[in-house]
Amino acid sequence: MGISRRQFLGFLGAAAGTTAVLGGNTEAASDKVFKGYPGSFGVLHDITRCIGCRKCEEACNRVNELPLPGIPFDDLSVLNTKRRTRPDAYTVVNRFTQNGDKQPIFLKNQCNHCLEPACASACFVKALRKVKTGAVIYDASLCVGCRYCMVACPFNIPAYEYNNPLTPRVMKCTMCHPRIEKGLLPGCVESCPKEALTFGTREKLLKTANQRIEKYPDRYIDHVYGEHEMGGTSWIYLSGRTFNDIGMRDDLGIQPAAVYTSGPLSAVPIVVGLWPVLLTGLYAISKRKEKISEEERIEAVSRSIADANENMKVKLAALKDSMAKEKEAAINLEVRRALEEVAKKSALEQPESVKDGSIDMSGEGK
Amino acid sequence: MSQETARAEKSIITPFNVIAGIIIIAGLIVTFLRFTKGLGAVTNLDDNNPWGLWIGFDLLCGVALAAGGYVTSAACYIFGLKRYHSAVRPAILTAFLGYTLVVLALHYDVGRPWRLPYPIFLSQGTTSLLFEVGLCVFLYLSVLFVEYSPAALEWLGMKKIRNLIVRLTLVLTIFGVILSTLHQSSLGALFMIAPSKLHPLWYSNYLPVYFFISSLFSGLSMVIFEGSLAHRYFHDKMDEMHLKESKDVALGFGKAASFIMMGYVGIKFIGISIDNNWHYLTTSWGVWYLFELIGFVALPAFIYAIAVREKNLRLVRWAALISVFGVVLNRLNISLVAFNWQLPSAERYFPSWSEIVISLFVVTVGIVVYRFIVTRMPIFHEHPDYQHDH
Repeated sequence: MGISRRQFLGFLGAAAGTTAVLGGNTEAASDKVFKGYPGSFGVLHDITRCIGCRKCEEACNRVNELPLPGIPFDDLSVLNTKRRTRPDAYTVVNRFTQNGDKQPIFLKNQCNHCLEPACASACFVKALRKVKTGAVIYDASLCVGCRYCMVACPFNIPAYEYNNPLTPRVMKCTMCHPRIEKGLLPGCVESCPKEALTFGTREKLLKTANQRIEKYPDRYIDHVYGEHEMGGTSWIYLSGRTFNDIGMRDDLGIQPAAVYTSGPLSAVPIVVGLWPVLLTGLYAISKRKEKISEEERIEAVSRSIADANENMKVKLAALKDSMAKEKEAAINLEVRRALEEVAKKSALEQPESVKDGSIDMSGEGK
Repeated sequence: MSQETARAEKSIITPFNVIAGIIIIAGLIVTFLRFTKGLGAVTNLDDNNPWGLWIGFDLLCGVALAAGGYVTSAACYIFGLKRYHSAVRPAILTAFLGYTLVVLALHYDVGRPWRLPYPIFLSQGTTSLLFEVGLCVFLYLSVLFVEYSPAALEWLGMKKIRNLIVRLTLVLTIFGVILSTLHQSSLGALFMIAPSKLHPLWYSNYLPVYFFISSLFSGLSMVIFEGSLAHRYFHDKMDEMHLKESKDVALGFGKAASFIMMGYVGIKFIGISIDNNWHYLTTSWGVWYLFELIGFVALPAFIYAIAVREKNLRLVRWAALISVFGVVLNRLNISLVAFNWQLPSAERYFPSWSEIVISLFVVTVGIVVYRFIVTRMPIFHEHPDYQHDH
């Protein structure tokens, strides 16, 4: 049962991981905020520039080798209905038309690559993780298919191969992580004819976004979506309209998803530590009560037996006493009777001589 | 009652067997479809609604309703309430079967069921509450198996190992209570990661506490409810001790449940106050929320209280039934009804027939196995070789 060096390091890693998980709370209380891996990449989507051409969808489909859809990408009639990401479409463009709008608004939708992703925090096999390039990537070789990531995602992005009976995968945008590693742009960014998508480091993109707002205050609302939402995302958005109007929730808050579960998770080791103490204590208390009541019972029984003995003795003694007295009385009576008899007899035989004696003897009795 | 059992022994074609047989055949057909055509063919799940009836009912309700095991064994072995001893074995058996069926149902729901050991043995996602649930359910199922095993070992006549396991009772009970506390509460905490999807009346930082406390009265009520069914159908299997104690068990558990449920209603309102969600109570969601909380928790708690004061066994059993429904309603509300409440109704989930068939199938398998065991093994009575052996 020797532990190899590798195993030992593994244990150390597990211990450090646990500490990191529990440490989350302390960090949340401090002023430390995780702003993403330094120099990690992101994409700025300027919604005001998007013309809804679906070139990004086509490029995405091609570079990710997804099955070709029945309706070709240059058919824009699909924009008539609202769509979401699907297992065979990592990105979709939707059209929003509001009363009084001269032009419709187009919005490209895909994984936002959160800085602290809800999906990765929710995954119980670490099949999803945030990597240093900024991408949130998925490892199908670990995935059990529980779909908790889909429950957790605040943006409803991950999709699932429901029609694959035995090897279904969770499907979502990878930010073209393999292409980034080769020094290539993500497929959608490369294909966009209107520069509605800009690739770069997140820090730089945030500056660019704020500069645009400053320069064209009439064109944009003063909100960079994704700067703070759910703790910040690697994809950020500029819009001319309230994000809520174009189906992007602005009530998500600024905390990363992991903060919501750190409380219950940190309760786990405390329960593991305290419950045995509490439960054994309760057991000991009930056991002791039982023991004491047993002792009290035995004591009570022996006391009542002793009491009974004592009573019996007293009674017996009294009985003996009274019997003795009765006996004595009876003897006295008999003696007296016998004496009287004798006295009578002698009085009859020698009335003179016995008379004096009898006076002496029976003097006390009279 | 004993006549029914006698008849059952004579002929296999009883109403119960016919219905159970139909459900099991239908279940096997859906099972075949599930593993040949995929979840898409048999469920109404979609990308917005990844969890349906199999998680909401089979997992969440299954685990909550199997809480009788740890509640009863804790009452008897830790709190020293020895008059409930005859209730321990039936409760442990139900819990063991319940958890086994939960795991069985999970095999339908997850994409690659043979990978279910992965989170425990291959790649531990320790930041996930689902990891916590998985680990605890795995460990607790093992504990329940050991806790249940003396009944089977007595039946098989394996005296030595049976005596060894019986000596572990206290340790197993404590271990079981720890694991149950953790995973019962974590099932509620699962939903804490999605505050934007669960209706604010149901979403709370206290979700884990609510789930744990409700598992307590869920377990107590299930023991009473099952007891009443068992008396109807397995009366002839019960020994004098069981019959003598069973009224005590029902009244005592009813009293405890009433007490805990009143407290539960209290902490639910504390939760509403802390998040200041009072204004939601006047919406239609609020009416539904109060329907659950008042109609299916406060009301049965009150019925329990009256029934216990008047020592009315019938009324206790009715209260137990309503309480069990209340727990089921609560779990379904959180996982299905109030989850994704903001989606337009066209994008909401409603279970398909096949999903309902599998849920019925799982419950039926449980009842059939339960019947097999209680009619053969010493569950409602003590084995003659081990009488007064505790």
